[in-house]
Amino acid sequence: MSEHVISPRTYLTVFAVLLVLTGTTIGLAFVPLGIWSTPVALTIAAVKASLIVAVFMHLRYGTATSRLAVLAGMFWLAIMLAGILDDVLTRGWLRIPGK
Amino acid sequence: MAVQTRAAISDVPREPAMPAEQFDDLEQQHRVATFGMWVFLLTELMLFGALLSSYTAHRVLYPEGFVEGSRHLEVLLGGINTVVLIGSSLTMALAVHAAQTGARRPLMGYLALTIALGLVFMGIKAVEYWHHYRDGLMPGVVFTYTGPLAQQVELFFRFYFILTGIHAIHLSIGIGVVTMMLILAWRGRFTADRHTPIEVTGLYWHFVDIVWIFLLPLLYLFGLS
Repeated sequence: MSEHVISPRTYLTVFAVLLVLTGTTIGLAFVPLGIWSTPVALTIAAVKASLIVAVFMHLRYGTATSRLAVLAGMFWLAIMLAGILDDVLTRGWLRIPGK
Repeated sequence: MAVQTRAAISDVPREPAMPAEQFDDLEQQHRVATFGMWVFLLTELMLFGALLSSYTAHRVLYPEGFVEGSRHLEVLLGGINTVVLIGSSLTMALAVHAAQTGARRPLMGYLALTIALGLVFMGIKAVEYWHHYRDGLMPGVVFTYTGPLAQQVELFFRFYFILTGIHAIHLSIGIGVVTMMLILAWRGRFTADRHTPIEVTGLYWHFVDIVWIFLLPLLYLFGLS
């Protein structure tokens, strides 16, 4: 088969980066970042997830259909989150009880 | 032709390895199996996505109670478990590499390590659950937390147990599947030409790791500062 074989060295590098990012996110959790705390933590989590998807799960060398599956998943998840957040985050804006 | 078809249906590799009859060649079969797993993982993303959306909505509505609940989790154990699970992803990736290069003994070793790390994660998770039980923070079983935020804290712990519980179920299934792969590898079922099940198992394992990577900040970290 002509699949791309990623070297163990690359896997070890990604592993090391993932450990550093885990340490960073736990360390930053003790820093008072206010409302930015969760966005920063989720950004780091997204970077970690991207590394795993690209290298450990071979998507960097994957087929177009596999990439499409990942994009579709993120797209629908974004719709779900946006649909929920535009409700709960905007409640109270109109100063009408219950709106 | 009939002989070839029988060889393809059997999971014992013959030389040369043959694809199942609906595929042109092994490479196409590998591509299709991998894509199938990605589509399954997409549905899994929707499952966890729905739970996390509900979590997000309630956290926006009851921020104080969620922060208070999060402070009752043990960041040290959650952090150790994150490292354990990332380590298991490394051994799983190395198992796939061993399978691609047809190295049977390293493949078995890395699969065994992956199972061991998965069990360590479950053990630490069990210790955490025991602590929640001991501290009366297990809604529906024993919940003794009192105070003005008691109901919100209870809601946080319901989300905590549903999210980590469903994650733990996924990891248990992963441990079972990797164990099956270890038995098949021991029986010599995988070769450099024929290792798609290992690759597909790896995709599932890494996905379960990714779910935990998001659960760590969403459950453990946001109440610390």
